[in-house]
Amino acid sequence: MAVDRLSLEIPDRSITVLVGPSGCGKTTTLRMINRMVEPTEGTILIDGVDSRQQPVNILRRSMGYVIQNAGLFQHRTIIDNIATVPRLLGWSKDKSRARARELMERVGLDAALAKRYPYQLSGGQQQRVGVARALAADPPVLLMDEPFSAVDPVVRKGLQDELLRIQEELGKTIVFVTHDIDEAVKIGTMVAVLRTGGRLAQFAPPAELLSSPADAFVEDFLGADRGIRRLSFFSSAGLDLLTAPIVAVDATAEQIAARADAGAPYLLVTDVDGKPLGWSEPGRLTAGRIDRGQLLSHGRPFVAGQESLRAALDCAVLSPTGWAVAVDGEGRAAGVVSQQAIGEAIRGAHEDSVGPAKVLR
Amino acid sequence: MNVLDFVSAFFSDSAHWQGYDGIPTRLSEHLGYTLEALAFAAVIGLPVGLVTGHYGRGGNALSLIATAGRALPTFGLLVLMTMLIGFGMLPVMIPLVVLAVPPILVTTYEAMRSVDPSPVDAARGMGMAETRILLQVEVPVALPLILGGLRSAAIQIVSTATIAAYVSLGGLGRYIIDGLYQRDYEKVVGGASLTAGMALATLAVFWAITKVTVSPGVRRSA
Repeated sequence: MAVDRLSLEIPDRSITVLVGPSGCGKTTTLRMINRMVEPTEGTILIDGVDSRQQPVNILRRSMGYVIQNAGLFQHRTIIDNIATVPRLLGWSKDKSRARARELMERVGLDAALAKRYPYQLSGGQQQRVGVARALAADPPVLLMDEPFSAVDPVVRKGLQDELLRIQEELGKTIVFVTHDIDEAVKIGTMVAVLRTGGRLAQFAPPAELLSSPADAFVEDFLGADRGIRRLSFFSSAGLDLLTAPIVAVDATAEQIAARADAGAPYLLVTDVDGKPLGWSEPGRLTAGRIDRGQLLSHGRPFVAGQESLRAALDCAVLSPTGWAVAVDGEGRAAGVVSQQAIGEAIRGAHEDSVGPAKVLR
Repeated sequence: MNVLDFVSAFFSDSAHWQGYDGIPTRLSEHLGYTLEALAFAAVIGLPVGLVTGHYGRGGNALSLIATAGRALPTFGLLVLMTMLIGFGMLPVMIPLVVLAVPPILVTTYEAMRSVDPSPVDAARGMGMAETRILLQVEVPVALPLILGGLRSAAIQIVSTATIAAYVSLGGLGRYIIDGLYQRDYEKVVGGASLTAGMALATLAVFWAITKVTVSPGVRRSA
């Protein structure tokens, strides 16, 4: 039996991710929603109404459907692929195409691609067309079956970000199937972890999943570094950033001397616009003659407040000085913070994590 | 005299270009037999191939029928049918259709089976009815192969329709059979080269049909 007595309440206007090892029945569960697979027993209620109450094709047209490899019609142009469901619903050709153009823009496809054929597009672009096609008739529900599994990791990240952005704008009820727990944690509002036989192992928001897995199966499925991954859900806004150990490249000898004892063993040198250049020991800096080539790399900075504690910790771990550099939205240095301070923030966050206020998103 | 001399002698004789035994008459008769047989074979082979291919069932039964059809000797069938039914169009059509159905049937079935299942799944999930999936999703993609099956059937009919003359009908076979009977090899070679020319013309026609009906998206990715 693929799915056995699964009971799940999918919240409106949010992304519910079904995740689990292969053969756990997640795809079967998804396909039962639009009756591509008919359950032998039990019911599926959509807004309280049994999904079998209306003709199957009417039901399916009210739900966007996105599959792995996009499943585009190779004999139709991109714009006609996207216009499929509006045409099925009896819209005129012009109206359908106008709608398709609108969606191409929404999913970030260049309008010049409208008259192309699927084989002329990259895998990532094809998947965007797949999403646009699913959204064409503005269905309230979107079913996505491993939509991003077949593209490379860089493109996948782009598509995930795009999906989150589109969801922000449109607020659809999305059911998303994946075998990738990182993807589930990243995009899910709620994550359902299924075990073989379609049994629900845990149904929780991603942060809760990472902090308190229900059993050994879920814990094992989450992987070894769930503690680190969980930090993605804590904002870096609470970090105490030090601004004192920062000097501009044109600083005077007094300024350097004044900041040498500002609480850090190193000084961060910035350019005249305030953008970080690199670290140096205070004693090695000579006013007016700071050699950029002699500075220690500052690694990748994190955006204070916007990025998570995970990003901050990563920056500190990668930095040769052990100090992370925080920047503002424009890339100007906002402050520096030590691994130790980040560690304290993490402990604080764990203690507070009962309250959702500090959880990102 | 070599073959080319026969050919030029046949085509330069103005008597061969007019009358009830003239080239235009025989060509149009031959074309008529071909189109009729191809139409019958397509009416039988295409729907069966499309539906079985769509549902993916009956492949074994199909290949059995096709093998049996191919194993039947066309000429023997012609003689048998003429003995059973008497002279006329029908005993000629039956062997030609039997000859043409297997390639159409088998290629159409295979063409439908070779269609990528994911667009079909997507179409079904978007709420497309089965007939529409078959005609608007599968057939356009399978079309190059389906046309290929029709093309080989057509070429086989063109070359085999010469047997119609054996049972007193017209067509290009008239020249071959009469020529052999009259020991007029000019006529035999003329009839044979006309038949070969018509087979080549059939190729050209199918090339043009493919060019017009197959979507550029399919042509390039195939």
